Amino acid sequence: MNVPAAWYLVLAALLFGIGAFGVMTRRSALIMFMCLELMLNAVNLTFVTFSRTLSDIGGQAAVFFVMVVAAAEVTVGLGIVVSVFRRRSSTSVDELSEMKG
Amino acid sequence: MIATAYAIPDVLVFLTSALLILVGAVGVLAMRNPVHSALSLILALFGVAVAFVAQSADFLAAVQIIVYAGAIVVLFLFVIMFLGVDRRETVRVEPLVGQRVFAGVGVLITVAGLIALFARSHWVTGAIAVSSSGQALQTGSKNVTQIGTAVFTTYLFAFEATAALLIVAVVGAVLLARRERAADAEGSQS
Repeated sequence: MNVPAAWYLVLAALLFGIGAFGVMTRRSALIMFMCLELMLNAVNLTFVTFSRTLSDIGGQAAVFFVMVVAAAEVTVGLGIVVSVFRRRSSTSVDELSEMKG
Repeated sequence: MIATAYAIPDVLVFLTSALLILVGAVGVLAMRNPVHSALSLILALFGVAVAFVAQSADFLAAVQIIVYAGAIVVLFLFVIMFLGVDRRETVRVEPLVGQRVFAGVGVLITVAGLIALFARSHWVTGAIAVSSSGQALQTGSKNVTQIGTAVFTTYLFAFEATAALLIVAVVGAVLLARRERAADAEGSQS
């Protein structure tokens, strides 16, 4: 008998928690992007687990689309990081306060 | 259900993937050098790929390795080295007082809530309808056929939309990278 879905779901919850903690505490925009990837992967793992439990291929198709959107997001996000770094020579999000009222 | 003996290979595969994922994820957080964080990210993504294989998502595991560990992490490393930001971030200093404590408490509440939700509800709530209409999942090349059929029939419009999204992303990235250079050229001419 295969490992129960609960184990994978708890693992995905832990992965999501670690990613969320990283987004909230780290200040480098690059590390925050990496933690976002961790959170997306936690959701993907949940999708695949439910896809197996419910024997429905739709979950895996959703993961496919999440991966495409993540790739696009990383491309544009890193482009923004590069152009911010050119102006400010720093990737720390704490120093980006020009739009403060 | 707990008394049921699970197949030892399955448990070993699960433990391997859990170890890879957790060590990699904690590494992304704890490493002070961004390059080490990116390498830890590969570890975590590889663990997720192992979990995909164990759950009969063979195609997605391959895509996970090729796209995530191959393309996205290389993009991260490229940007880190391009910008030269591989100097160490001071993790010790907390600019906002109590930020870590609040973040830790929030994450604990979230994870505890998720696990409580898992534990108190049926895994397959409302699942019977889905599982009776769905086709059983297959592995190997059959899995590619199955997901291909789903993507090119049921989710065809979403698939076309992702094509448009990728074009927009590429154009946006080129624009972000090029505009600065054009401005520099103008600035040097005037």
